[in-house]
Amino acid sequence: MPEAFLEKYLRLENLPTIWCAGCGLGTDMRSIVKAFDTLELDPDMTVLVSGIGCSSRMPAYVDVNTVHTTHGRAIAFATGIKLANHDLTVVVVSGDGDAAAIGGNHLIHACRRNINITLVVLNNSNYGMTSGQYSPLTPQGSVATTAPYGNVEQSWDLCDLARASGATYVARSTTFHYELITKLVTKGIEHKGFSFIEVITQCPTYFGRFNLAGSPTDMLKYQKTHSIRIERSDGTEEAITIGELYKREAREYCDHYDELIVRAKELKAEMSED
Amino acid sequence: MGDARVQLLQGNEACAEGALAAGCRFYGGYPITPSSEIAEIMAFRLPQEGGKFVQMEDEIGSIASIIGASMAGVKAFTATSGPGYSLMMENIGYACVTEIPIVIVNVMRCGPSTGQPTATGQGDLMQARWGTHSDHPAITLAAASGQEMYDLTAKAFNLSEKFRMPVTMLSDAVVGHIRERVVLHSPDEIGIVQRKLADESADEYVPMDVDDSHIPALANLGSKHHPYYTGLVHSGKGFFTSKPEEVEYFIRRLSLKVEKHKDELIDVEELGTDDCEVCLVSFGVSGRAAINIAQRMRDAGKKVGHLRLKTVWPFPDEVIKSIAAKCHTFVVPEMNLGQLKLEVERAACGEAKVIGVNNISGSMITTHEIYDVVKEFV
Amino acid sequence: MRYEIRLSGMGGQGLLLAGIIVAEAAMAQGKNVVQTASYGPESRGGASRSEVIISEKAIDYPAVIEADYLLAMTQEATDKFFHEVKPHGIALLDSTWVKEIPAGNVESTYYFPLTETAIEKFEKAIFANIIGLGIICESSKIVEPDYLIAALLDRVPKRYKEMNQVAFETGIELFTNGKIPKGVAGQAVETV
Repeated sequence: MPEAFLEKYLRLENLPTIWCAGCGLGTDMRSIVKAFDTLELDPDMTVLVSGIGCSSRMPAYVDVNTVHTTHGRAIAFATGIKLANHDLTVVVVSGDGDAAAIGGNHLIHACRRNINITLVVLNNSNYGMTSGQYSPLTPQGSVATTAPYGNVEQSWDLCDLARASGATYVARSTTFHYELITKLVTKGIEHKGFSFIEVITQCPTYFGRFNLAGSPTDMLKYQKTHSIRIERSDGTEEAITIGELYKREAREYCDHYDELIVRAKELKAEMSED
Repeated sequence: MGDARVQLLQGNEACAEGALAAGCRFYGGYPITPSSEIAEIMAFRLPQEGGKFVQMEDEIGSIASIIGASMAGVKAFTATSGPGYSLMMENIGYACVTEIPIVIVNVMRCGPSTGQPTATGQGDLMQARWGTHSDHPAITLAAASGQEMYDLTAKAFNLSEKFRMPVTMLSDAVVGHIRERVVLHSPDEIGIVQRKLADESADEYVPMDVDDSHIPALANLGSKHHPYYTGLVHSGKGFFTSKPEEVEYFIRRLSLKVEKHKDELIDVEELGTDDCEVCLVSFGVSGRAAINIAQRMRDAGKKVGHLRLKTVWPFPDEVIKSIAAKCHTFVVPEMNLGQLKLEVERAACGEAKVIGVNNISGSMITTHEIYDVVKEFV
Repeated sequence: MRYEIRLSGMGGQGLLLAGIIVAEAAMAQGKNVVQTASYGPESRGGASRSEVIISEKAIDYPAVIEADYLLAMTQEATDKFFHEVKPHGIALLDSTWVKEIPAGNVESTYYFPLTETAIEKFEKAIFANIIGLGIICESSKIVEPDYLIAALLDRVPKRYKEMNQVAFETGIELFTNGKIPKGVAGQAVETV
């Protein structure tokens, strides 16, 4: 018998997932819905939105209101959803190609608007769904199906990008640190504003195989040994910094718009009195 | 001054007011000539009605945001012109497949690519039908005046809600920018249509259950039924299917929604089509000159008729066929290189000659241009 | 009958507003109207124009083909549009700005310092368009003055209503009293 929170938040009838054996996405999904459970989110008022890619198949398995949109556009759809109905808790799951490449512009502008949406980018360093092409987050030098001689492009620190673009909550975890994912997603949803959470996750089928990263277990071990908690970091280590990287309070977009509505209605009333 | 509901309005203003009257409470858009006034007016007017306006980072974001808002239960639309319409195409297909009501107003400009942004054209007729990939249904209306900018925008909302699909309204730089007399019909006069919603008191909701209408009920986001929307081919509870018979049924059903209701959807304006020997066929702004020619030639005793399509998609094949049985020539004036003409030829099945009058200069097609062609065949 | 009015000059002269007022007045009088304006960078300080088409019948072609009435408030607008006026049409040129009347065969060309008069009487150049409206109203007889005044008062801010009405009536009086001289086509005028 699965645990109660899985019964509550997963569409068990749709399992097993399409994800490969050893893929990190199942673990990530469990950690995300565990956060839903921690917050006791009402599934009727929770919306999970995704784009296209392996991670974007997640809404089919999560028993809340769910939208599987087009490639790269999940955040733009979510913007419409949240603005139309502020009462909905809106969470977006996206992959590295989806969020950083084709959807990069929407990501930047959602951060800038500081709209109350939580984005979880499940970064497996490549396009898994289309069999392992390089993404903007593929490390330089790594092999991919479209980088057979090694990736010549610079990789990106998406957390830096989110912070610079105006996101007011920025955090990172790895799949190995599955309890940290739950903690960060919980805090991200609680935070009023745009929350950006990156999860470094393993794709043993493509990225791992092409780059001789070993078994899924080896890849998880790598995540463990190559990460450092932000609290213990002096910023100089060659490691994945994990934890809450950045947080600040700022006016949230929907709230701001509601104030605007009040002003517009008052002005209209004044004008009609004239 | 007189009846407050009768106003001198710019076409783009009339469009925005028509949307508001139809119950639109969300607009997501991106600035583009010659449609920008619609966004500007919605930014001003929506908050007054408690609605939301957002200027997105591009037209792809615009259409995504309005689909999202509509999924959340709020009537939503966007307005654009050719380049923006091109960017929206993928998500128009998504709205067809997820069956989400949205309205897109395309204020057409002249030419391909950036073209001539402030000049008029009618080159996006086929794009409105076939712009997004693969087989999908389309409903497209075409406005010829400020009054129709108001009326047909409102109608576009009603059709999108009823048929659960995107509806495009085509306009152009002339109709969008001229000011004309517009009667602001009330929501009661318009007759507001709301989408058929899933029964929230029922224990179960099967998203793909449909009756003879082929139009399923919709569960807005925030439903106890936990809908799953996807651009993947789906069946039953709304999840992906690859079973050939389910795939075939799903894709056919989307188009059947329109095919089965063609009589209800087709809306044409006819003058003398019963007895004409030469019939003008037009849509949108070209119809203004065309009807003038038809009327003047009829007044002079010539058997000339005029058919103007207010609904361009679905195409009124049957109407064309019945006129083709009586007339010997169709003359099709349009501000493109013959897109409507192709459809008239297809529907006429060789029963009548089809002659095009094409103006792609960026200026409006004139009565003289049309007359010079029509007189050759009367 | 189709009547075409073209109001031309530069941005800031209130030509768009004048066009809307004429269109609203004609509409209130039960006529069909189409009003258009030039768009783009032109409306930001450069050349500007606004057109009104008034007709008993439906208006098929919503743009000026050959103007029945031209108001030109700059030399540039005069040079550009004077030759697009019907021979039996009317042109009203603001002699404050228009120093040379092009050669042409426009039957009635009125030539009067609209802007200077506005500054003299109201200390504001912006009323030139409204004085012009009064002259257009009286010289064209295409729209009843009462309808024009109603449309004008409906469109201007409360505190300027009275001044606008006076400006409009000034235009009417000037014309009625024969104070609007005719210009001669092709005549260059010495600048003061």
